Amino acid sequence: MSDLRDLYQQTILDHTRKPRNKHEMPDATSTADGHNRLCGDKIRLFLKVNAGIIEDISFTGNGCAISTASASMMTEALKGKSVAEAQPLFELFHTMLTSPMDQEPDLEALNKLAVFSGVREFPVRVKCATLPWHTLQAAIKNQDAPVTTE
Amino acid sequence: MTTTTTKPRGSQAAKAPAFDSVAIRSDFPLLQTQSHGKPLAYLDNAATSQKPQAVIAAAARYYTTYNANIHRGVYKLSVDATAAYEAAREKVARFINAPSEREIVFVRGATEAVNLVAATWGMENIHSGDEIILSEMEHHSNIVPWQLLAQRTGAVIKVIAISQHGELAMDQYAQLLSDRTRLVALTHVSNALGTINPIERIVSMAKARGIPVLIDGAQSIPHMAIDVRKIGCDFFVFSGHKLYAPTGIGVLWAKGELLEKMPPYQGGGDMISTVSFAGSTWNDIPHKFEAGTPHISGAIGLGVAIDYLGGIGMDAIAEYEHDLLMYATKQLNRIPGLQIIGTAPEKAAVISFIMENIHPHDIGTIVDGEGVAIRTGHHCCQPLMDHYNIAATARASLAFYNNREDVDRLVAAVEKVKEVFN
Repeated sequence: MSDLRDLYQQTILDHTRKPRNKHEMPDATSTADGHNRLCGDKIRLFLKVNAGIIEDISFTGNGCAISTASASMMTEALKGKSVAEAQPLFELFHTMLTSPMDQEPDLEALNKLAVFSGVREFPVRVKCATLPWHTLQAAIKNQDAPVTTE
Repeated sequence: MTTTTTKPRGSQAAKAPAFDSVAIRSDFPLLQTQSHGKPLAYLDNAATSQKPQAVIAAAARYYTTYNANIHRGVYKLSVDATAAYEAAREKVARFINAPSEREIVFVRGATEAVNLVAATWGMENIHSGDEIILSEMEHHSNIVPWQLLAQRTGAVIKVIAISQHGELAMDQYAQLLSDRTRLVALTHVSNALGTINPIERIVSMAKARGIPVLIDGAQSIPHMAIDVRKIGCDFFVFSGHKLYAPTGIGVLWAKGELLEKMPPYQGGGDMISTVSFAGSTWNDIPHKFEAGTPHISGAIGLGVAIDYLGGIGMDAIAEYEHDLLMYATKQLNRIPGLQIIGTAPEKAAVISFIMENIHPHDIGTIVDGEGVAIRTGHHCCQPLMDHYNIAATARASLAFYNNREDVDRLVAAVEKVKEVFN
């Protein structure tokens, strides 16, 4: 089997145990709900955007180690960045998780998020890692309807 | 957790298992395979069961030696295929002690059977303001078809609550039964909790008011002897694939007098007697409900699975699985931080559990790496998960081909889960 240590890296476990920015945000400018039908995980994402800049970002909900750590690290990666920067970062992240094993993903550009590269060895878990990002997209679009990973 | 030694329903076997579990295991080719380089411990039998070689061979034999459509041809192949298909129907009838094979309708599975009853009997007999009683522990397949019916008819769904142990609140059930109740539709065994519901009592309480009862037997039929006459229900549904038979074949049993009155489900070939543009007339039961070419090899395979189980004995299976359930419950309860969800005294061999600070999805991935296949998620029981205020559980569900070694490997794999997270 693919090595479990590739999936459950220490950084990921650390964010699972102590998620960063996991709280509600009463003054959010936008929120969105995400739902993974496979495992029942639910996440609510809060964004405070000012002049195109993500001034604050947080999440609540219950999920598996991978989705919780992904949400936590996503909020760290995006706080202070512009909304315009979020989309290419998600595309890089998604490519890393879904590219064939013989293709080297651009780990450098992903910085700390590269720690999720082991997830691509576990295809059924990719949606766990992308749920927070899909939810982010919904929040950016300011959609009210919950998104799913389908 | 209770460690009651209450005998499973229908069990009359002697204490020692009446069969050789090692020999039985060798009847299942898939159990000889490896997963992630380790021998497979398959513990997801509530989702689907593995198939004995006899069932696999029966399907292959049909396709290689007498594949033909049924009920049509005058040539030998078709006659042979028809005979095998109808023989399977007779086997099913005997297996559940149905009064007649005419009451056995082949469908795709329990889900289709419930939908069939809702769309035919339901549309004729359930009207605006009528009430349908379900329970909190139903599988989505015994909830959503009734919701669809309720939307179409204006009927109302009433729900029997469950206790923290996972038992039906029988007092509340008694209160829900009313002059407006038109149907009680309940699972025999909970797929997520393992609870064996007291269906004979449930049926007799409904019958005292003349209310029909549908029993979802998808999770009970692999684990115990079923006698639909003893149960006293009006409809009993199950899937073949959980009973060691192929996927895509299942059974609706209903009382003949009901089937006679019910309108057809789907229209097409084989379900008709005559067709003209002025109107058509319907075939006799059960064929009235079997439009189109059915899953012939699946039905034949189901018959062979029933023969195979008959050679072991359902009472012996119930006895063996109960012993294994008690062992697995004891071993899992020893793990600190692990909590079993579903602790009713009367249980089939299903153990749902959660672990402190560890999501079931992560449990599933890590134990899979050890060659142990379990189910994680909401088990198509979201209302039940809501009851326990959880999103998901990990679930090990046992079959008679499982043994204590499988359980020990699950326990060791769960210990590994704790290692990863600690």
